[in-house]
Amino acid sequence: MAARLLHRVQAGPTTLEDHVCTHGPLPAHRPTAVAAEIERSGLRGRGGGAFPLARKLAAVRRARGRPTVIVNGCEGEPLSSKDGLLLSLLPHLVIDGALSLASAVGAPEILIAVDELEVRAGETVERALRQRPELRDGRTTAQIVWTPTGYLGGQETAIVQWCEQGVAKPRFESPRVTERGIGRRPTLVSNAETAAHVALIARHGAAWFRQAGTDNDPGTALVTVCGAVAAPAVYEVDHGLALNVLLADAGGCTEPPRAFLLGGYGGGWIDASDAEVVRLSPRELAPLRARLGPGILYVLPDSACPVAETARVAGWLADQSSGQCGPCVNGLAAIANELERVRSGSAGRQALADVLRWCGLAAGRGACAHPDGAASFVTSAVRVFRDELSDHARHGPCDACQWATALPIYDRGAAIA
Amino acid sequence: MTQRIEVDPIACEAHGMCAELLPELIELDDWGYPVIADVDVPRRLRPLARRAVSVCPTLALRLRVTAAVKPVSPSRRH
Repeated sequence: MAARLLHRVQAGPTTLEDHVCTHGPLPAHRPTAVAAEIERSGLRGRGGGAFPLARKLAAVRRARGRPTVIVNGCEGEPLSSKDGLLLSLLPHLVIDGALSLASAVGAPEILIAVDELEVRAGETVERALRQRPELRDGRTTAQIVWTPTGYLGGQETAIVQWCEQGVAKPRFESPRVTERGIGRRPTLVSNAETAAHVALIARHGAAWFRQAGTDNDPGTALVTVCGAVAAPAVYEVDHGLALNVLLADAGGCTEPPRAFLLGGYGGGWIDASDAEVVRLSPRELAPLRARLGPGILYVLPDSACPVAETARVAGWLADQSSGQCGPCVNGLAAIANELERVRSGSAGRQALADVLRWCGLAAGRGACAHPDGAASFVTSAVRVFRDELSDHARHGPCDACQWATALPIYDRGAAIA
Repeated sequence: MTQRIEVDPIACEAHGMCAELLPELIELDDWGYPVIADVDVPRRLRPLARRAVSVCPTLALRLRVTAAVKPVSPSRRH
């Protein structure tokens, strides 16, 4: 597997000296040249939306006003470890990307959003910022923004609202933050991994970037592999890599797997028997109704109860709603309650049909994509775990139900359980 | 020019007046929030659509006017 971002990564923060030694100095390109290379590279956002970065850049460059660049390092996804890894081990790579993006859109201001609980990661980035000669002349400034912990804290408009009004809630996008974000000026929000890729595209060019991955999904991606695997960690994979190969690299499963969760709690389940056909890229996962999201592969062991796990996470997702949009507030709560009734064997015969219908009613009807992600998680669970769900609906809890703590969740403002 | 009805889901508080006025295009979900048909507003319903927008107590409803998009000819599709 190609190690680009993770090339020569060490156990502690990479110093500026080591960073330059590994990757070479960040070349000073003309802004249009950086933007053009990003466009040719085909780089898509690595935060979960897989949106073409070039289109965001173009929107920001088109809009009026001095832009701001926000690097989003405050992943709220409990299963993901990549933001923390990038900030705490490879801060200079992320900063390089931020500087390149700022240059490409003509932004004098860079904000790096870090989860307020990731104190060490944020401090590492702060130290790294102080070492950067590019930031000494005052023409470009960069600082950390500490964001409140929460599943939606890392949502693009929520970060902007947090910076602007101290409320970390998504807003209804119109106009988009690319046009009107920080200070009502155009704002480019880029995931930390996306920025790190930009740092390497600025050095080696688009053609080099496209040597890894597939034509449709070029480049590499960081994937947090977790659950019942021997060596859970963040891995860098070429887009299009077979899921089985990644699992083998992670030391294989520690127990027979029941299913895989791709893309985290806004992604979807696939049956363990489908593992052989799965290739890890947004385009190749789409027909399986799965996504890589922010880069997550979770292995659910056969010994766990998928019904209890799904019900618990569905309840958590309902709690994580920012409480602003009716279909999300009511829909996710109804879904979670009904799944819990199914698990405990007290649901009616229509329960799963109702759950699927509510998923359809919630998806696409919020200001942000949270209800869409939750609906995708639940509908995939109903598809993959139909037998177990029917069993629970008829006979009540199984022996494994009481052990339903395989998937991690956290309370708002608390560390990951 | 085509018109579409759009709802700001944050502003909407499920008063349901839009669905009363324009059941042809708007129905209410299980919790009273509007589900808007995924179609352009037909010409004959435009006056009612404007009415629905203006009576919404939380000003959550809006009409989005877009220039008609020319369909891409089949030969240019990939």
